[in-house]
Amino acid sequence: MGSQEMALSSLFGLGVVGVLIVGFYSLVSTRNLIRVLIAMEVLTKGVTLLLVTAGYAVHRIALAQALAITLIIIEVAVVVVAIGVILCFYRQRKSLDTALLRDIKG
Amino acid sequence: MEGINPDAMTSLDIILVIGLVLAALVTVMAARVLRSAIGLAVASLVVSIMMFRLNAPLAAVFELSVCAGLIPVIFISVIGLTRRLDTEALTVRRHAKWRRFWPLPVLVLVVCGVLLVVRPVMDVPPPVAAAAAGGVREVLWNLRHIDLIGQIVILLVSAFGVVILVKETNRG
Amino acid sequence: MLEWFILVPLAAVVLLNLPGAEFLRRRGAVVAALLGAVQAAVVAATPAAVLSRAGFIDNVLHLNLRLTNLSLVMLLAIGLALAAAAMVVQPMLADARRRSNYVSVLLVAMIGMNGMVLVTDLFSLYVFLEVTSIASFILIAFSRQKHALEGAFKYIILSATATVFMLSAVALLLMMAGAVDFDSVAAALLTKTSGTMLPARIALGAFLCGLFIKGGLVPFHGWVLGAYSAAPAPTSVLLAGVVTKVSGIYALLRLTISVFPPSLPLNQVLMLVGAVSIVVGALAALGQTDMKRLLAYSSISQVGYIVLGLGCGTDLAIAGAIFHVFNHAVFKSLLFVNAAAVEQRLGTTDMTRLGGLGGRMPLTSTTSVVGILSTAGIPPLAGFWSKLLIIVALWQAGFYFYAGLAVLFSVVTLAYLLVWQRRVFFGQTLPSLAGVREATAWLSVPEIILAGLTIAVGLAFPFLANTFLLRLHGGY
Repeated sequence: MGSQEMALSSLFGLGVVGVLIVGFYSLVSTRNLIRVLIAMEVLTKGVTLLLVTAGYAVHRIALAQALAITLIIIEVAVVVVAIGVILCFYRQRKSLDTALLRDIKG
Repeated sequence: MEGINPDAMTSLDIILVIGLVLAALVTVMAARVLRSAIGLAVASLVVSIMMFRLNAPLAAVFELSVCAGLIPVIFISVIGLTRRLDTEALTVRRHAKWRRFWPLPVLVLVVCGVLLVVRPVMDVPPPVAAAAAGGVREVLWNLRHIDLIGQIVILLVSAFGVVILVKETNRG
Repeated sequence: MLEWFILVPLAAVVLLNLPGAEFLRRRGAVVAALLGAVQAAVVAATPAAVLSRAGFIDNVLHLNLRLTNLSLVMLLAIGLALAAAAMVVQPMLADARRRSNYVSVLLVAMIGMNGMVLVTDLFSLYVFLEVTSIASFILIAFSRQKHALEGAFKYIILSATATVFMLSAVALLLMMAGAVDFDSVAAALLTKTSGTMLPARIALGAFLCGLFIKGGLVPFHGWVLGAYSAAPAPTSVLLAGVVTKVSGIYALLRLTISVFPPSLPLNQVLMLVGAVSIVVGALAALGQTDMKRLLAYSSISQVGYIVLGLGCGTDLAIAGAIFHVFNHAVFKSLLFVNAAAVEQRLGTTDMTRLGGLGGRMPLTSTTSVVGILSTAGIPPLAGFWSKLLIIVALWQAGFYFYAGLAVLFSVVTLAYLLVWQRRVFFGQTLPSLAGVREATAWLSVPEIILAGLTIAVGLAFPFLANTFLLRLHGGY
């Protein structure tokens, strides 16, 4: 494994860290349900990239691609179901405010 | 054959990484949700290019078509369906948002800076056997049938989810 | 043969949804209950060697499934909880089409959990974890009422967070081992000297965070309350009974046994998290006025016991923990079925509005007592033995403080559960509740079976102890 591949992996790894920070920060601080979902997407993107980068670094790119593709498909399913929940929620509450989520007692 | 020529790190790669983080920041900090969704598409595009760079063309194509195509389309249509919130958000929240989000770019820069300095953390020891595993991804689909079954089931159940959650019923 | 645990429920889902299968659809709950019961029976009666035999499917598909003693216990628990949940659906959902949709997703949850306990690969573990999770999202949000949707969305958010943690760990492990199946990763980790273990420690830590979220342990338990209490009754049965156990605890067990080499910091972290969960769950349960919320906090507390046992690390402790996983599946499902019975007849789970139901619902009341005694660890019920194993193991290993804590909070557990029993079932029947009848057979039968099971296992344990413990000791 050449040091140049290592350098590229490290660089992209740094990018992944940045993306994950952005995603987590947004996840805990956003007030709109759709943005929460978008934050989740950003995080998933980061992890997908991390997987592919890791696979690249150890010459297992074929395995990493298979994992990444599976992950992307799962991601779509989660988004679809989450959107379903959001739409249902919106129909009832007419709002997408996450403050409503804290409201356990109703 | 993939991976034979040492993949030198070019300035394009640095641009890609910076672009990715910027796209993520824009996605998260945009005033309007619609811009967030578009930002997501842009970020996915950058990730896709990065995957091409990592010799992962199949994953890159998937990322492009799904994460930069399908998912933003879904988001945009949902945003359209839930429009009512948008107009309020614009007027009230724009200033609040910038004030709330300013720590974020600072945080990113600080963490990445620290990591760049403390490099040893990033030096993962080389793996046991760096053998190229016969490389073709189709071979892998012969080895990961269990994942395939899982994916089929997941797609199946998400279809159920949509029907159960979204379908209008005549309720009292 | 193992693939049938995945393919049979899948076939059932397909069959249920074919056009023209109206007959099956109307009896969907029966189908699911049968599948669960058959799974439990098959696992209990068939020797592992027979189950693991390769079938003709193995020539076509390479599934890499493996059956371990731990998997056997989990499969049994999954079958039981699923059958109980399926029986609870029947009276709780009147509309046949909605019921059949529910059952279809329920069966998918079964596929997910069965898959999780049988795979031999880290990423496949994740895939089936997501299958279970997505099915759970739908099952929680099923009623489409606002609390259910809130609970579901909170679970979705925390689940996604757990995903990020776990997949980051998988990526790190991929870098260290060049593969993601259990055996390769375990082998690679064994060759690492302590100097190069840092990425492995980070991976383990990240994975743990993810698993604590899925298992509902403190401080990641934020989703449990909303999901357990707002979800429809059968979903609560399933969630509390097995979903958290399989996604959180089984994965934790599998990792610590088959993948990561043993290490002291891991044990200490596990014990600490377990102890905190016991305390927080029990104390929070004391003040609850809603049945399902009380049971939700109780579940958090019980899972704490399991993790405490895991952290102790001795053979006895791990055996006790696994036994407690099974017992919890039985007695927690029982208690949630009881709650469902009350909910079905009275339309509420608010304890302040209930009282003196014991006379009107004798079966529910009695089985509830059985469930409570088992949860609190009172002999001769099954829960007593598993808690005893854990406490004795802690004492033997020198963790006197933790052992004392475990005993103390068993008492607290008994306290809050007795409060439930007294408020809901004992005492004077409120005049407003005079006309209440016992729950339907669909709910009574699981109550009786689960209660009977916890009694039988408790009584038989002294005799089975040697065979049981030896079996687990021989290999997980």
